[in-house]
Amino acid sequence: MKQLMLGNEAVARGLYEGGCSFVSSYPGTPSTEITECAAKYSEIYAEWAPNEKVAVEAAFGASLAGKRSFCGMKHVGLNVAADPLFTISYTGVNAGMIIGVADDAGMHSSQNEQDSRNYAKAAKLPMLEPSDSAEGIAFAKLAYEISERFDTPVLLKMCTRVAHSQSIVKLSDRMESAQKPYEKNPPKYIMMPGFAKKRHPIVEARLRAIAEYAETADFNRWEKGTDRKLGIITSSTSYQYVREVCKDDVSVLKLGMIWPLPDQKLKDFAASVDRVVVVEELDGFIESYCKTLGINVEGKNLFSNIGELSQNLIAEALGMESPKGSALDENIPARPPVMCAGCPHRGIYYTLKKLKLNVIGDIGCYTLGAVAPLNAIDSVICMGASVSGIHGFNKANNGATDKNTVAVIGDSTFMHSGMTGLVNIAYNDSNSTVIILDNSITGMTGHQQNPTTGFNLKGDPAAKVDLEALCHALGIRRVRVVDPYNLAQCEEAIKEELAADEASVIISRRPCALLKYVKHNAPLKVDSEKCKSCKMCMKIGCPAISIVDGKAVIDNTLCTGCGVCRQLCKFGALQEG
Amino acid sequence: METKNIMIVGVGGQGSLLASKLLGKLLLTEGYDVKVSEVHGMSQRGGSVVTYVRYGDRVCSPVIDKGEADFIVSFELLEAARWTEYLRTNGKIVTNTQQINPMPVITGAAEYPERLVDKMCAAGFDVDAFDALSLAEQAGSSKAVNLVLMGRLSKYFDFSKEAWLNAIEVSVPAKFLQMNKKAFELGLNT
Repeated sequence: MKQLMLGNEAVARGLYEGGCSFVSSYPGTPSTEITECAAKYSEIYAEWAPNEKVAVEAAFGASLAGKRSFCGMKHVGLNVAADPLFTISYTGVNAGMIIGVADDAGMHSSQNEQDSRNYAKAAKLPMLEPSDSAEGIAFAKLAYEISERFDTPVLLKMCTRVAHSQSIVKLSDRMESAQKPYEKNPPKYIMMPGFAKKRHPIVEARLRAIAEYAETADFNRWEKGTDRKLGIITSSTSYQYVREVCKDDVSVLKLGMIWPLPDQKLKDFAASVDRVVVVEELDGFIESYCKTLGINVEGKNLFSNIGELSQNLIAEALGMESPKGSALDENIPARPPVMCAGCPHRGIYYTLKKLKLNVIGDIGCYTLGAVAPLNAIDSVICMGASVSGIHGFNKANNGATDKNTVAVIGDSTFMHSGMTGLVNIAYNDSNSTVIILDNSITGMTGHQQNPTTGFNLKGDPAAKVDLEALCHALGIRRVRVVDPYNLAQCEEAIKEELAADEASVIISRRPCALLKYVKHNAPLKVDSEKCKSCKMCMKIGCPAISIVDGKAVIDNTLCTGCGVCRQLCKFGALQEG
Repeated sequence: METKNIMIVGVGGQGSLLASKLLGKLLLTEGYDVKVSEVHGMSQRGGSVVTYVRYGDRVCSPVIDKGEADFIVSFELLEAARWTEYLRTNGKIVTNTQQINPMPVITGAAEYPERLVDKMCAAGFDVDAFDALSLAEQAGSSKAVNLVLMGRLSKYFDFSKEAWLNAIEVSVPAKFLQMNKKAFELGLNT
């Protein structure tokens, strides 16, 4: 039966049909649903790991044990996992292993738009790239075949538009894959110099063998057109845009595997047309490769290496007609994402701004503390960089910023890669103050469990990391917990810990207001008589509060009754509902 | 058949994902090739959200580009105005007249433009604007705005009412089915 399926769900389906038994991932938009959907199949063991490095290593362990495995992550997650990636390329696998990575051209929900294809080349691993949901299923299954046939982990690359688009798929039954026996094999699996030197030539030969296979495999599809004036080499979502614009008259070489690339096929394709254009998002990856082969191609001279492509951009670059719309001649205010009403991060950020502190930020919902009106964050780099960064900042300032600088990091991000930074603070003795924003969930990616929540991916009870005990054990003596809905308590704690002559951790603890088990209070009420239009309540950027005719108004559908705004009103105009 | 494009726009959290899911199921049942493109993650947090629904004999791109949308279905008035450039010539805007202030308006850094429906009509856009929020509340929940809008949109299509109701049945939880059907009817008949 035909059905519509999200690209990520389709990859999960492909894993299931392909006999996957083990999934370990860290959530990250736009990759998260692959693992969430895989967890729904009882035949697949699936887990959230604390970070992508752990996930890849766990998935490798499962492959070593003889079961087909998968780990999923967003593009920047592959940076975290790069260490094992480059070496499991040398060892190869026992049972098939797939590493799913989802790029985010256009940065819908990311801090950069790096092109993960470069990792395939650098780590000498094959990379498949689906262009819709049907290929999501097919390529996941194919990846296991390639993995076992060529003894290699396989990268499966998604992008936002393929991951988060639904298209039509047909389902097949699962092909059970018997567990392969585990055999000790030190020269293959112990990567110390003597053995690794012997593995490297095997990796190079493997890549040549896969390239040979890619010459004739049907995932690299030559769609012959009627017109030989123009030929296009493309892959992924760009292929769909090309097909939207060019219809069937133009020849298209649609690459399903973007590393290694098929030299002869590229040359033959180029020879069959007068002009070759490579259409690809972000880096000129395929284009550069073609040029090293001496093929005369165009690409980034026509298309930007910044942001996403679209059908209109491609039509314009190829000199074709594209539809034009007309914008309304009106100043339309932007609508940026905001912290939700009742968000527990709001009270902390208000306090940090009030105290005029330097705030070294991190990755998560709480990055939204950087936007107006809170404007409370100085820097955001990557997962865990707040805790490591504040140490260097304070050390470099010889203590001059110890009393006016904090790091903020979420519970899941702290588990991911904040802990090691905290060890550095303790070990190398900086007087840094770290605030862990513990909202009991991985929020931004849509509520995934993590090691601090007490539940696992399947929702079953699990070991729960005791953050206070952990921070103590890492060498921090001053650890205290505050309720971010209590502004006075937050301010007192932050002032005291900044004043202290040693490192400290403040745990700001309140579950995310969107969690189903969180009970909301009645919406606040406004006593308009008492409202003096001072707009103090507007300083916290709560979407439930607005000013109408000079007076504060509460949106009953949004207000959770958290009461943070009430603590700011000196006139008692905001009252419990 | 040439590919048709329906763009659903609104504010993160308003329920546009359900509307696109419902349309996807309807169009698939009607025998079309269909693609639906969603927005997840950061953009959902009260930000401006866009979902694309495309159908026809063969749909390639999952996204709708400027000048391509046959319909813009908007959950909020400012969002309808924001995306007009995506409407094709002779396209139609179906919009809720509800206004939700974005943060720059809340903080006083910007103003919510006045008389947007009049301005869109004056600029030559074909606009069907109505208070979907009141109808949703009448149906039993402010969250049913999506079904009210689908009811209204259904007027402009030849699909049978039964087909729409079937798509609703497979898209919404059983306990909210009656309320959602009522919301659809109110959108259709008001």
